Amino acid sequence: MEENVKEYRPFLVDQVPYLTLTTKKFENRKKWQQSNPKEICSIIPGSVIEVFVKPDQQVKAGAVLLILDSMKMHTKIEMPYDGVIKEVNLAKGDRIPKNAIMITIK
Amino acid sequence: MSFKRNILELRKRKKEAQQGGGEKAIEKQVAMGKKTARERIKAILDENSFHEYDLFVEHTGRDFDMEKKVLHGDGVIIGTGTMYGQPVAIYAQDFTVFGGSLGLMHARKITKIMDHALKMRVPLIGINDSGGARIQEGVNSLAGYGEIFYRNTNASGVIPQISVILGPCAGGAVYSPALTDFVFVVENISKMFITGPSVIKSVLGEEISMEELGGAMVHSEITGNAHFFAKSEDECFEQIKKLITFIPWNNAQKALRFPVAEPLAAANIEEIVPIDPHLPYDIRDVIRAVTDKSDFFEIMEYFARNIVIGFGRIDGNTVGFVANQPMYLAGVLDCDSSDKAARFIRYCDAFNIPIVTLEDMPGYLPGVDQEHAGVIRHGAKLLYAYSEATVPRVTVIIRKAYGGGYIAMNSRHLGADFVFAWPTAEIAVMGPEGAANIIFKKEIEESENPEEMRKQKIQEYKDKFANPFVAASKGYIDEVIEPLETRARLIHSLEVSASKVDTRPIRKHGIPPF
Repeated sequence: MEENVKEYRPFLVDQVPYLTLTTKKFENRKKWQQSNPKEICSIIPGSVIEVFVKPDQQVKAGAVLLILDSMKMHTKIEMPYDGVIKEVNLAKGDRIPKNAIMITIK
Repeated sequence: MSFKRNILELRKRKKEAQQGGGEKAIEKQVAMGKKTARERIKAILDENSFHEYDLFVEHTGRDFDMEKKVLHGDGVIIGTGTMYGQPVAIYAQDFTVFGGSLGLMHARKITKIMDHALKMRVPLIGINDSGGARIQEGVNSLAGYGEIFYRNTNASGVIPQISVILGPCAGGAVYSPALTDFVFVVENISKMFITGPSVIKSVLGEEISMEELGGAMVHSEITGNAHFFAKSEDECFEQIKKLITFIPWNNAQKALRFPVAEPLAAANIEEIVPIDPHLPYDIRDVIRAVTDKSDFFEIMEYFARNIVIGFGRIDGNTVGFVANQPMYLAGVLDCDSSDKAARFIRYCDAFNIPIVTLEDMPGYLPGVDQEHAGVIRHGAKLLYAYSEATVPRVTVIIRKAYGGGYIAMNSRHLGADFVFAWPTAEIAVMGPEGAANIIFKKEIEESENPEEMRKQKIQEYKDKFANPFVAASKGYIDEVIEPLETRARLIHSLEVSASKVDTRPIRKHGIPPF
């Protein structure tokens, strides 16, 4: 065996521990997280063309919150349900990465 | 009258064209640690066997002052030659000529040699070293790529197609290698990506180096786009020369038979595998214990290491090995390992190479990431590939063969020709621990000493089911064999399968889950 036995670690499959090595890709895998319905996150990076809402503003479901320029396309980001805006984390002209929390709802 | 003047003129023209991008550009190429396109062809083919075509082809660009530029051979060298005395077709992009960029005539040269390779049923080797599309030629350049992809697809499964990435290979250009059978990459030289670091930075604001984004190790370990990783171009050429010995020249032939040689390590086969199914070992040692000269040529060594694929010879004949690797992730099946094995099985099936499967796996990798990545779809590729394969198929179950993984790993039920099991084999729906917890849940919970009861029930299940004899009693296993008999059994079963005829329903093609 090439690898030192000490590097093996227990690995559970069907509640049974097997001694084994892991791969870099496995270690770097993304842990799953429940999404928070009160956070509106970017699913694609882009720059902000226009923001239409302010904190404490009452917004109806379907209203446009902002327009994002991503991949040469202007995308409208809409309010998912009736609610009140808590925070607006961006302003016109900002460049935002993927998975950024753009707006939170109270 | 004499030809002399004409011949001297021809020689002069050839010499000029063969300079490629000229001294300065060649110096630059060398400074990057790269060989020139001509040197590469020479290094791969038999000595003095290369014959070039289309040396005098000129580009057709007429915009953006391109008409004033002379691009020798339009940045690509095409030709034929031999490897081990057998004919092959080859092309090499010449980075010294306008960055090896692909224009219309450059693509025409490549498609010419591809057409030739397919018609003549000889392997095609493509050396990629190009800055990408020649933007000055606009849509003509895109047309060129499309015509290459179309031919890659038509040739797939008919002639072996080998891609060697020895420089940048970016944007649309990457899809030609992706459509071919084997992709070779070299550390610090190969760079493959759809969108490069600068575009990623400007659009996404993410900063990454070329090597981290699409370098040789990334494609060998993370993406699975590359099959062979080398530290130098010379090592890469040796890998190509070795690979070619294992495969037939086209899909109507069988791989060349080599003189039979005994394994070097056969006697150790019992010492390699721990009896305790929870302990790891290197499955490649088992493969080496059954192959001629203990030679095993691994493919995709760094990607999805929980499954091992590659070529070896048994009794002189090439065999494709697919084997769970308990040393990594306990040898589980997952998205990547299913994908890796399935494609290899289809390769073997297309090129008349028998498949030997060595099985030791506890099931599928649990996890949200796996389920959401589509382990159902990717796992199905493995079932599909085995089920459709009509080449001889032999399975040896070494230890664990649990659940869906047992079915997937070339079981009798998917049409395996021979299935053997070592006495250590455990063929069951799941491991004894998990099974006992479910079957005897009530007894365990209601017992005065649940832990003791659990242990007892696990042992009961082990004795009854964690062995090869239940499956053997139903004929799902053809024979339970001693580990030391493995090679002899493989030799015999492949021998009697040599003229195997197996057919599938007539159809245009199946619809595999990719």
